[in-house]
Amino acid sequence: MSEFLQFTFIGLGKGAVYATLALALVIIYRTTGLLNFAQGEMAMFCTYFVWFGHDRGLPLPAAVLVGMFGGFLMGALIERLLVRPVSKKAMGNPLPIVIITIGLFLGLNGLAPIVFGEQAKTFPVPFGDGSVSILGASIFTRTLGTLAVLAVSVAVLWAIFQKTKFGLGLRAVASNAESSALVGVPVGRMLLIGWGMSAAFGALAGTLSVEGGLDNTLMALPLIYAFAAATLGGFDSELGAVVGGLLVGVITELLARYGTIGAYSVGQDLKLLPAFLLILLVLVFRPSGLFGKGEVKRV
Amino acid sequence: MTTILEVSDIDAGYGPVQVLRKLSFTVDEGEVVVILGANGAGKTTTLRAVSGMIPSSGSVRFRGGEVRGRRPDQLCSLGLAHVPQGRGTVTDLTVEENLRLGAFSRKDQAEISADIASWYDTFPRLGERKDQQAGSMSGGEQQMLAIARALMSRPTLLLLDEPSLGLAPLVTKELFGRISEINRSSGTAVLVVEQNANLALGIASRGYVLETGQIISSGTAEDLRNDDAVRQAYLGH
Repeated sequence: MSEFLQFTFIGLGKGAVYATLALALVIIYRTTGLLNFAQGEMAMFCTYFVWFGHDRGLPLPAAVLVGMFGGFLMGALIERLLVRPVSKKAMGNPLPIVIITIGLFLGLNGLAPIVFGEQAKTFPVPFGDGSVSILGASIFTRTLGTLAVLAVSVAVLWAIFQKTKFGLGLRAVASNAESSALVGVPVGRMLLIGWGMSAAFGALAGTLSVEGGLDNTLMALPLIYAFAAATLGGFDSELGAVVGGLLVGVITELLARYGTIGAYSVGQDLKLLPAFLLILLVLVFRPSGLFGKGEVKRV
Repeated sequence: MTTILEVSDIDAGYGPVQVLRKLSFTVDEGEVVVILGANGAGKTTTLRAVSGMIPSSGSVRFRGGEVRGRRPDQLCSLGLAHVPQGRGTVTDLTVEENLRLGAFSRKDQAEISADIASWYDTFPRLGERKDQQAGSMSGGEQQMLAIARALMSRPTLLLLDEPSLGLAPLVTKELFGRISEINRSSGTAVLVVEQNANLALGIASRGYVLETGQIISSGTAEDLRNDDAVRQAYLGH
C-alpha cells in the first residue's frame, strides 16, 4: 500500500510538471486556436533566461519574473515576425502556422546550446529538496510547491479568461478572428498577447521541471506528456490541463511500476506508450476531453 | 441630410480576381439603403471593402474622414458596424458574452449592462438563452443576436450582409420588420445587401442594383420597384 502511494506521489510530482506545460498549451489554444508544437522548446529557452538571471545573483522568484518577461517578449516577437506575416498569406489555412511551430521546435532546440553553451547548467531546485511523510510514503516539498503554483495559476488564468473583458476578447479571437475584428476587437494585439502569455508561462513550467541540470532536452519528453494531458483534460480548459497532467503523471508512473506487457514489465523505457495510447483513446471516445466544452454546431 | 458614407470609384477583389470596378454610392444619415444583386455580383465584396476587411483602391469616406485602409476594429470604434454573411456570431461564446463582445470598444460599464438588458426586452429569446452557447441557437435567433451584437457598439451605420440567407420566409419577414424598427427608433443608418429584393425594398428609402461589380441602376425604392429590368430580374413579376 505504502509503495503504491509512494509511486502515486512520484507520479503527482511528474504530473504537476506536465500540467504546467499543458497549461501553456491551453493558453495558446484559447487565445489563437493553435496547437503550438514549439511550446516545450520555447519553455526550455525561457528557462535559460531564468538561469541567466539567477546566475547573475537574482533570487529564484525574481529570476523567474525575468524569465517570464523575456518569454513574453519572445512570444510576442515570434507572433509579430513569423506567425502574422505567414497567416496573412495563408488565408485561414492553419497548416503553414503548424509547420512554423515545428520549425521553431527544431530551431530553438538547435539555438539553445549555441547561445548558452552545450554544458548543462546547474539550476536551483524550486521549493527545496526536502520531503514530507504522508501515510507512510514521502512526498517531495517540491511536488507540493508545484501543486500550489498550479492551483494559483489555474485560478488566475480562469479569472482572466472568464471574468475580464480582455479575456473575452482573447477567446473571441481564437474562435472567430474575422467576426471579432468587426465588433472592434484589435485582433493583432490579442494574438500577440496570447503568444506572449503562453511563452511567459513556459518560463514557469520550465523552472518547475528542471531536475539535475538544464540543457536543451529539458522539454522534449514532457511536451508529449503535456499534449496527452491537454488532450485528456480538453484543450480549452485550464482545470482540464491540470487534472489531465496529474492523471497522466500518476497513470504512467503506476504503469511503469506495475504494468506488464506479456512477460515484460512496462518500466521507465515504455512509459511513453501509455501516453500515446491515452491520446488515441481520448480522441476516439471523447475528442473534446474531460473538461472541454466541445463544439456546438447546428445545421 | 448629411452623407455619412461616401464610396467613390473603388476597385477591390481577391488576389488577381477583380470583383468591383469603379464602384460609387452613398448612404445618408439615418436612412436605409439596399444594394440588390444576384449571386456573384459583388455585394459581399462591397461591404468587405467598406469595412476594411479586404484592400481596395479609390476613396471611402465615413463621417467626413477618409477611412480606406483602416482596419475593421478601427472602423468599428468610428461607428461602423458590420454583420457579415453567415451571421458571424462567435459560436463558442454564450449569448451574453457575444453581446458584451459587441461593446468591446466601449468603456461605460453601467450603460453596457443596460443596453444588454434592453436587447433582452427587444428579443426575449436572447434573454432566455443568455447562458447558452450562441452556436446552439436557430438561424433566425443567431441572426437577431448578430444584429443586436453589432448594435452594442452604438454605431451610426450598420452594414448587413444578406440577413435573409438560410432563413425561413416568415422569419425573414419578421427580421426585416425588426431592422426597420431599429432604424426608426435609434436613427442608425442601415446599408443592407440582399437578394430578397421585395423585402429589402420594403424597408429601404433608396437602392442600387449591382451587376458584375458595377452599379447599373439606382433610385428611390419606389423607382426601383417600378423599373422593368429590376422587376424582371429581382422581383420575379
